[in-house]
Amino acid sequence: MSKGLIIFVVIAIVLGMYGCSSYNGLVEKDTKVEQAWANVQTQYQRRADLIPNLVRTVQGAANFEKSTLQAVIEARSNATSVKLTADQLTPENIQKFQAAQNQLGGSLSRLLAVAESYPQLRATQNFSDLQAQLEGTENRITVARNDFNGVATTYNQSVRSFPNNIFAGIFGFQRKGLFEASQAAQNAPTVQF
Amino acid sequence: MSLLANKSLVRLLGAMLLTLCSLLPVWAQDNTGDAVIPDRPNPPRLVNDFVGILQPSERSQLEQKLRAYNDSTSTQIAIVIVRTTQPYPIGDFGFQVGRKWGIGQNEKNNGLVLAWATGDRKITLATGYGMEGAIPDAVANRIIKNIMSPAFKEQRYYQGLDEATTEIIKRASGEYKADESSDDDGGGGGIFFFFLIFGIIILVIIISRRNGGGGTRYRGGGGGPIFFPPTTYSGWGSSSGGWGSGGGSSGGGFGGFGGGSFGGGGASGDY
Repeated sequence: MSKGLIIFVVIAIVLGMYGCSSYNGLVEKDTKVEQAWANVQTQYQRRADLIPNLVRTVQGAANFEKSTLQAVIEARSNATSVKLTADQLTPENIQKFQAAQNQLGGSLSRLLAVAESYPQLRATQNFSDLQAQLEGTENRITVARNDFNGVATTYNQSVRSFPNNIFAGIFGFQRKGLFEASQAAQNAPTVQF
Repeated sequence: MSLLANKSLVRLLGAMLLTLCSLLPVWAQDNTGDAVIPDRPNPPRLVNDFVGILQPSERSQLEQKLRAYNDSTSTQIAIVIVRTTQPYPIGDFGFQVGRKWGIGQNEKNNGLVLAWATGDRKITLATGYGMEGAIPDAVANRIIKNIMSPAFKEQRYYQGLDEATTEIIKRASGEYKADESSDDDGGGGGIFFFFLIFGIIILVIIISRRNGGGGTRYRGGGGGPIFFPPTTYSGWGSSSGGWGSGGGSSGGGFGGFGGGSFGGGGASGDY
């Protein structure tokens, strides 16, 4: 009997230790996801912050198509209204967030495409700078999203794999949503020099 | 009785195996390298002409200029010349090289990659996180458009690179200062500490052997190992990691890339 008891105690201790390290590991991965998410939001905000300046610059140059500008402004207010904190990153929420941001990206790319036919506008240093800033911001968004997907995938893997999934269930760690690349690739503004 | 024990043991082993299995894919994922992104040069150098489009003298002039700048400010400007960056857009290529090589210092992220694809006729300036203030995207764009493109169109490649790096250096001056003394102290201190402890342990062993007495020998043997693992092991481990990433060769003047990171900032253009 004592032999069985010893083995039981050993298993209990091992499981307890494993539970602790599993919990700590999940917290660590969760924190990384939070960090990556903060960066994603920063980069999207950066893009949103560039838009008023872009709109002003475009408006200043001749009579620019009103509907294109209006679409950008609306998409911007729509996109900035969708805000997610780090504990709301369910797949559905991420999809919503991404849809709003993609709409803004799409209308931005249309604006830049239309701007191609305004040589006066393209010649200004201000517009050229803004184009460069927008392109850099799109790159940063891509990088931030990829980084987020990377850490969120690692997190999801450990949340779902045995035996972490037991502890994740007990401590309430849930799967995070990921960004999907296909749609974004279609809508990303292509800026050409 | 033994049946119960066996069952529990099997379960325990099974759980451990599953744990190992669940950990492995994560490790494997971290190691996936990319064939298109060139490996970090060894010995480390700042001017990497994989195409051979620059004259050797031009290459060494640029290398010296960038090394001197690295020595005085710790800011690392790396030039990477390849034939093509396909399937990556040139901008992606630039920041991926920067990340893979760890250009710039670890905490400052003050690295910058000037990548040039001769076959695609494209240039990119990828700025590390810490360089985004000194070289904003708009400035990077201007450097490419106003300095590099015109020179490259006339096939004055060296002049284009030289003037561009001069402009970058001018703009980034005052942002960072080299603090190699603290860096050296950190690494050297760790190793000095390790050898000190190591020496003491050897001394203790020798003394205890010489004495040969049961009591003293026991004390000496016990004192060493207990003291050794918790302190020196971790110290040695971290300092060796730091040295490994430095590239290991400091004789040539350039000590290697510092582990800076990139976030996609910068600009690209063609000529």
